[in-house]
Amino acid sequence: MLLRASPAHALDSEQARALIDKALGEVYSVINSGQPPAQMYRQFEAIFARYADVDIIARSALGPTARQLGGQQFAAYKQAFQGYIGRKYGKRFRDFVGARVQVGGARPLKSFFAVTSTAYLNGRAPMEVEWHVSDKSGRNLFFNIIIEGVNMLASERAEMAAMLSRRRGDVAALTADLQRAG
Amino acid sequence: MPEWLGIPLRRPVFLYPVIVLLSLAVSGCASRPVMQDGIRIDDPYEVSNRRVHAFNKALDARVIGPVARLAKGSDEGAADAGSPGPLDLVINMGSNLSLPGKVANSLLQGRPEPAAKNFFRFAVNSTLGIAGLFDPAGRDFGLPEADTDFGETLAVWGVPEGAYVELPVLGPSTQRDAVGKLVDAVIDPLRQLLGTDRQRVLALGLRVGSKAGDRARFGDTVDSVLRDSADSYAQTRLIYLMHRRHDLGEDGDEIDPYDETGSGPDPIDPYAE
Repeated sequence: MLLRASPAHALDSEQARALIDKALGEVYSVINSGQPPAQMYRQFEAIFARYADVDIIARSALGPTARQLGGQQFAAYKQAFQGYIGRKYGKRFRDFVGARVQVGGARPLKSFFAVTSTAYLNGRAPMEVEWHVSDKSGRNLFFNIIIEGVNMLASERAEMAAMLSRRRGDVAALTADLQRAG
Repeated sequence: MPEWLGIPLRRPVFLYPVIVLLSLAVSGCASRPVMQDGIRIDDPYEVSNRRVHAFNKALDARVIGPVARLAKGSDEGAADAGSPGPLDLVINMGSNLSLPGKVANSLLQGRPEPAAKNFFRFAVNSTLGIAGLFDPAGRDFGLPEADTDFGETLAVWGVPEGAYVELPVLGPSTQRDAVGKLVDAVIDPLRQLLGTDRQRVLALGLRVGSKAGDRARFGDTVDSVLRDSADSYAQTRLIYLMHRRHDLGEDGDEIDPYDETGSGPDPIDPYAE
C-alpha cells in the first residue's frame, strides 16, 4: 500500500471520515440492539467518550467559567456533562431506529476537518449531519456535531449558561443538576 | 386577567403580530444584534417575546401536546398493521395542499427546478395519490417535497432577516419570516384552484391538521426543548435561527471561513480559545 509522505499523526480527510464512519457504526449497532433505554444511554456515553474530545467540548460549553475551576472540580463537571450528553442525545437517537446513514466526504475547514453525513429516516426528508474532527488533543476526535444547521456546541453553551445562572454561578450545583439532566 | 383553559391571556400576546409588523417600518434603528456563542442574535423585543413564549409553552403543555400525543397513539396502532396511520394521511393531504404555494415561491425566487418538481409532485399525489392521501410521488417517482415559503423568497430578493420574534401559537420566527407567513396566506394559489368557500375551509383545516401532525411526529424533540431546557426561550431562539439560516443558505461562511466580514457565524473552533 502506497502512502503519501505526511508528518506523523497529522490528520487527513480520509482519517477524519474513517473516524466518523466507525463511530456511527457503533451508534447504529446500539440503536438497533433493542436494549432497555438506560443501558443504551450508558453505551452512547461510552461511544461519546471514545470518539469525541469530551474535555474540549465540556470546557467550551461551560465558557470562561471553566478556566476558574480546579482540576478535580472540572473533572467532576466533565464526568457529569458526559453522562448528560449520552442521555440527551441518546433519547433523540430513538428516532433513528431502522434509519440508514451515509457518510459523505470530508473537507479541511479552518484548522480541522468537516465530515458530512446524511441520515435517511423512514418517511421523512433526509437529514444532513456534519461532524467537526480535530487532532489537536493529540488524538483524532470529533468536537462538534451540526444537525441540519443546529450546532451542538452553540446549543450546549447556551444551555450550560442558563443552568449555571439558575445556580448563581455555582459549578458544584450545576454538576449535581447535570447528573440528573438529559 | 382573562384565562382560557388555565392559560393566562394577556392582551398584548394577540396584539403582538401587529406590533411586529408595524415595527418593520422603523426597524434598523433597533438595538444592535449581538454575537452569542458564535451565532448572531438580533432580539430587541426579547421582553415581549418571552411573554409570548410563556403563553406558547403553556398552550403546548395543556392543549397542543396532549392532542398530538393522542393522535400519535392512535396512529401507532395503525402503523403496526403496516399501513400509513390516520396521522400520516392528514399530514400527507395537508402538505399536498401546500405545494401550489411552494411552486409559486420557487418561481418568484427564479428557481424553476424545485418549482417543476413540486408541480409534478402535486399532479401525481393529487391523482394517483387520491387527493394527496398517499405519497406515490415521493415513494415511487423520487419527487420528495422541496420545502420553501415566501420568507425564503424575501431572503432571495435580498430583504434582511430583521429581528427575532416569537409569534403567538405559530412560534419562533423573524420579522422577514413573519411577513412571509402573512404573504403566503394571502397569495396562496390554492384559493384560485378551489371553487367554493366550503372547500377552502376544508383545505385550511387539513393544512392546520398537517401542522399538528408534524408536531406529533417530532413531539419528543419539541417536548425536550420546551420542558428540559434550563432556558427554553433561549434554546428555541437559537435552534430556530441556526436551522432557518441553514435552510436558506445563510449559515456560516464555510466556503471562506477566514472571511470575518461575512454575515454568518464562523464555525466554532474551541481549540482557538
